[in-house]
Amino acid sequence: MPDLQSHAEDIHDQFADQTDLTVEEVEDRLDTLVTDYQVPIDEARRSVTSTYYDEVEVDQDSLNDANEQRELDSITTAEEWIDVTAKVVELWEPRSDAIGQVGLLGDASGRIKFTAWAKSDLDTLEEGEAYHLGNVVTDEYEGQFSVKLNRTTTIEHTDEEIEVGDNTTEIEGALVDMQSGSGLIKRCPDDDCTRVLQNGRCSEHGEVEGEFDLRIKGVIDDGNEVHETIFNQEMTEELAGISLDEAKERAMDALDTSVVADDISETILGKYYRIEGPTLGRYVLANEFEQLGARTDSEDVLITARSL
Amino acid sequence: MSANGNGADDSDESRDADAGSSGGSTASTGREVARRLFAREFNDATYMFKESDDELAPNYTLLPTGERANRLFFVGTLTETEDVGSDSEYWQGRVVDPTGTFYAYAGQYQPEAANTLREIETPAYVAVVGKPRSYETDEGDTNVAVRPESINRVEESVRDRWVVETADQTIERLQAFDAETNDYAQMAREEYGGAISSYREETIAALESLDVSDEPMPEDEESSEIDSDLT
Repeated sequence: MPDLQSHAEDIHDQFADQTDLTVEEVEDRLDTLVTDYQVPIDEARRSVTSTYYDEVEVDQDSLNDANEQRELDSITTAEEWIDVTAKVVELWEPRSDAIGQVGLLGDASGRIKFTAWAKSDLDTLEEGEAYHLGNVVTDEYEGQFSVKLNRTTTIEHTDEEIEVGDNTTEIEGALVDMQSGSGLIKRCPDDDCTRVLQNGRCSEHGEVEGEFDLRIKGVIDDGNEVHETIFNQEMTEELAGISLDEAKERAMDALDTSVVADDISETILGKYYRIEGPTLGRYVLANEFEQLGARTDSEDVLITARSL
Repeated sequence: MSANGNGADDSDESRDADAGSSGGSTASTGREVARRLFAREFNDATYMFKESDDELAPNYTLLPTGERANRLFFVGTLTETEDVGSDSEYWQGRVVDPTGTFYAYAGQYQPEAANTLREIETPAYVAVVGKPRSYETDEGDTNVAVRPESINRVEESVRDRWVVETADQTIERLQAFDAETNDYAQMAREEYGGAISSYREETIAALESLDVSDEPMPEDEESSEIDSDLT
């Protein structure tokens, strides 16, 4: 049994100067989730913390003053109250009535998802415009960070020119695995949906006539670290040497789309690549790649080995 | 409960990247790295352990150079394949690197690797991703083998790259072996006695075997040794 009380104390400490909740109340809430509903403790903790944030929001004004102005790529912990100056790179369709606006913010350092709650009743952000956002709170979900706009957030339009960075990274290593959902896939044809179909179904729009696409979800491993990467159609065609039309033909002949993934994995698995592109969540989106040949530093390695 | 709807909107950002497969259940950070080690070291790595008592906790092989490995990646020459199964197909592949031989076994639960072993013509350069396994022989010795996740034919340049990379990472482990905080080195001393000089010698020999084929001018070696900043 996890030690609920110490979790409860942590959460309590976090809110102690803003509300008069007690450790027992927190523990009760955690206990309900963990014991009655079998929620893993991490998730329970997250849920309870969010609940208190929602409550705290109401009498939150005191927190407005001393926030740090932060760059987006410096956001690496959850539950920090910060200020940011950023451009709205993209707005998405909210999936739930609870969400007022959701999308991507960008500044010179990178991009981050933002969510504004419907009930916070904030001014609407416009795509392509830049804002000073005061008092947003950071959040984390499966290693991806986001900021939440809340009732206390101040929104101030700015004419500042913001050049949005794209979090470009470079990874290299052996391509050790190709994940499911690679090869010839079908996407939902609905405007702005593009979800990948599972057995002909879109999780949002149900049974649809899908549109074919090619992609590779690969795992790059350098012996010390593992990175996941996605090759879109264009990059997949280049990497695997097969065009979308050829892939469709292959699948048609075999009466099976999975032959395409098999062909591709035979071509690319076990080889070394350097890949460059922006990161989105846990993936590096391949914009450029090259296959790596023999290393030129074997002499240096040999010298090091001899000197040991 | 989750009044803020976190669960509902989190897929937004991943729609382009990953609307398809199993959503959040594949924890990206959870994947075990594929270690680089030569066959000689691998075949000495007979001690397996878990980090926790949980039945589902991953198995690790303890490397004599002081590291744990749940997965490995190697490239070498597939010299022989043989169906050693009695009831059903069970393919053995021998993959040779400059220091020794990796033994890979693939049966019905590794259909892709088994297919490759059945169909490939030897000799061929192959890249193998797999999990270490150990088993006891009738004589009571512990042997290790690889359960392949994939076996793929590759070019010679891939194999050469792997040899240098593996030498490099073996050296890194050797360099870290005496660090006080190196728990796996400590474990290796207890389980294997801590004699590691042979791995250094094998590494040097592996690199030299490359030099002979690629750069037939040994005097280059001498001069670059003097020029180098490395001590």
